[in-house]
Amino acid sequence: MSGTVSTPLLSIRGLKVAFDTQNGSREVLHGVDLDIFPGETVAIVGESGSGKSTTASAIVNLLPGTGHVTEGSITLDGRELTSLTRSQMERLRGRDIGYVPQDPMSNLNPVWSIGFQVKEAVRANGIAQGRKAVHARAVEVLQQAGLKDADKRIHQYPHQFSGGMRQRALIGIGLAADPKLLIADEPTSALDVTVQRVILDHMADLTREKGTSVLLITHDLGLAAERASRLIVMQHGEIVEAGPSREILQNPQHPYTQRLVAAAPSIASQRIQARVEETQQVETSDDLALIPPAIRVVDLVKDYKIRQGGFKSIPFRAVDKVTFDIPKGKTLALVGESGSGKSTVAKMVLKLEEPTAGSIEVDGRDVAKISGREAFALRRKMQPVFQDPYGSLDPLRNIGNTIAEPLNIHRVGDAASRRARVRELLDQVSLPQDLATRYPNELSGGQRQRVAIARALALKPDIVVLDEAVSALDVLVQDQILQLLAELQSELDLTYLFITHDLAVVRVVADAVCVMERGKVVEQGSVDEIFANPAQEYTKRLLDAIPGASIPLGSGR
Amino acid sequence: MSSNTELPTHYVAPVKDAAVTVDAVKVDEKPASLWGDAWRDLRKRPLFWLSCAIVFVILLMALFPTLFTQVPPNNNCMLSNSNAGPAPGHPLGFTFQGCDIWSRIVWGTRTSVSVGVLATLIGSVIGLVMGALAGFYGGWLDSVLSRIGDIFFAIPYILAAVVVMSVFSNYRNVFTLALAIGGFAWASTARVVRAEILRVRQADFVMASQALGLSRFRTLLNHVIPNAIAPLLVVSTLALAAAIVAEATLAFLGVGLGSDVMSWGADISNAQQSLRTAPMALIWPSIALTVTVLAFILLGELIRDALDPRARARR
Repeated sequence: MSGTVSTPLLSIRGLKVAFDTQNGSREVLHGVDLDIFPGETVAIVGESGSGKSTTASAIVNLLPGTGHVTEGSITLDGRELTSLTRSQMERLRGRDIGYVPQDPMSNLNPVWSIGFQVKEAVRANGIAQGRKAVHARAVEVLQQAGLKDADKRIHQYPHQFSGGMRQRALIGIGLAADPKLLIADEPTSALDVTVQRVILDHMADLTREKGTSVLLITHDLGLAAERASRLIVMQHGEIVEAGPSREILQNPQHPYTQRLVAAAPSIASQRIQARVEETQQVETSDDLALIPPAIRVVDLVKDYKIRQGGFKSIPFRAVDKVTFDIPKGKTLALVGESGSGKSTVAKMVLKLEEPTAGSIEVDGRDVAKISGREAFALRRKMQPVFQDPYGSLDPLRNIGNTIAEPLNIHRVGDAASRRARVRELLDQVSLPQDLATRYPNELSGGQRQRVAIARALALKPDIVVLDEAVSALDVLVQDQILQLLAELQSELDLTYLFITHDLAVVRVVADAVCVMERGKVVEQGSVDEIFANPAQEYTKRLLDAIPGASIPLGSGR
Repeated sequence: MSSNTELPTHYVAPVKDAAVTVDAVKVDEKPASLWGDAWRDLRKRPLFWLSCAIVFVILLMALFPTLFTQVPPNNNCMLSNSNAGPAPGHPLGFTFQGCDIWSRIVWGTRTSVSVGVLATLIGSVIGLVMGALAGFYGGWLDSVLSRIGDIFFAIPYILAAVVVMSVFSNYRNVFTLALAIGGFAWASTARVVRAEILRVRQADFVMASQALGLSRFRTLLNHVIPNAIAPLLVVSTLALAAAIVAEATLAFLGVGLGSDVMSWGADISNAQQSLRTAPMALIWPSIALTVTVLAFILLGELIRDALDPRARARR
């Protein structure tokens, strides 16, 4: 605990929160205790549904829907918050407790300028009076939040700001009234790693300067440990472990925390090896070059036209002369930030987009030029798994029909053999066979992703394209899916094209890596080489930006 | 616990269950789906059963009018009964022409409901096809189909139906009337469908199906349309009510079906001449019309709420 301060700024004791549902009241927080001391940064870590966000919104009484505090106390500077009236709470929000929401895309009103929204916050908190003073303060707030030309950009609208800029504006709004406590609910989860780092650095500087306490809500253990002095690990609405960050990461006590720490991919992790008797450990790109390629992409180009209104349009090169090989039975990770063109490459490989130029060879045949029957046959060899486990399954089809769909389309076998294959596939992805008659909305994200993998494997493909396939999953589930993918790879000799923005995941799944920036491949090689010795500035930045990279984990893999 | 108790520096919760199972499948849970959830929600709502009961009675009246009245509607009219009040066997009294009002309402149900259902069917099918093609394929096809929709949207369909019915005055039957109403009332349905298709088209499962080798058209049929059908259903129940009203309006204007065909609109139209002396001849068929339209609208709104999980959560 930092310094000699002994009275906590925020103190929560025995907090219970329940939601009213059709079937009565359902408790989601079962007694949470926590203290935040002045100037301290505390992080709550947990999976989705662990109650971390509920705790944060209970503090400012912004629980969604029918949620309400049923028991316990929340005190800020000795003042009880749970019994405040609505108007008292409204005065408190912004002035004493600032709030930075998760999604910078939806938390700014698109019809008002950024300046209007900052001024609104300034005025509502009574920091400045009069047009000029409010304007001046708004500019100051945005400048502090790291928008350099704030006086010019203050009249711009949210759509003219990038995600990072918007989040800066939101942090500015959150800190506008110099609150004592800032609650940041997954403030950078929607942003690229490099942007995330800059924003969090800036937020840390600002709060340190002003002595603001921060409650950071995040799913990322590494990020939490890097940014907070104390960690609170939550599961199923309860705190399972709380203590100093380093201590928890290096010496987790509770089995759940231990698993969480073990599952968190970091650059210190090792490649998941499903086959223990792996004959040859891939180390250099020379070794990889010896294996015949399953996919060979040469000088791939994709141009889009951006409409400028009317009939004018300007060309935009999304993918610029991308060249790579994927050795058979290996995994190539395509890494880059949003907008780097990595997903466009995946779509072209899958023949969902036509390349402007270049060739994609699968087993020595250029698939960019084939069409009709040949393309249909190609689908059997190459299958995708997409990012969003909630969007990639048709909600009106049961699991069995979903997995059987590729068999039906390609007329493989008869009804009985298809049913048998579906059962076999469910076994392969470790789901119970009973699931065949269920619908996707009964499944969790990880289970849906297993179904998507089963569907992709139905036709016994050689190549699977995984487009951010684990990005939306919680750490433990992500770890399980990565294990499953590794097992399937060695069992079925699959070749993976793995699209991701997360270099830590690359470390554990890929053999080779291809770093993309603005449509171009800036660096490629074997994972071991690149992680040990990044040649490009951009790659180094990406590697440095992995949260928690500097903190050694306790019980590593 | 008082708020000044100090928390331990490193707190570890008692271990409840050493083998933490990650992402376990809840096999014993009830299977759920969009329609299943909607049904479970509707089943508990008395208003749903009320509107269902009304719709059922109306349909029964349309199919088997003799279950409700033994009095023939037309050839039993006696001028001596003109505008007379209720009498034994004639619960609602008589029209200006001396016909039994209850009997005419019962027999008129068939026209109103069949025109309503047919017109809605025609409008929904045209709207679905236009909206689905425009929304799914986009590009120039979307531009062309959407402009056509806008043109039809700009024409008030009652006006268009009046023109059609006057031009084809020799072919006035239920089908032409339904065609005249449905053929001009599909534009708003098409817009709703197009918007929904645009939303569903974005889903990853659409791309996944294409990556599996399913053709664009089959993807539209198998995956996109079934997921976009819920709002169409709601719009259709509302359109059904509107079509029944349209039929009555056209009959009232004298361009409905022939005078020998019983319909609520025609009765309302006929009754207006004796409105001051015998208002009940106008009020009873109006009530029949209102109850029918309300029942369908209520049903539509309940289904919409049941299909929308957010609306369900609000209650």
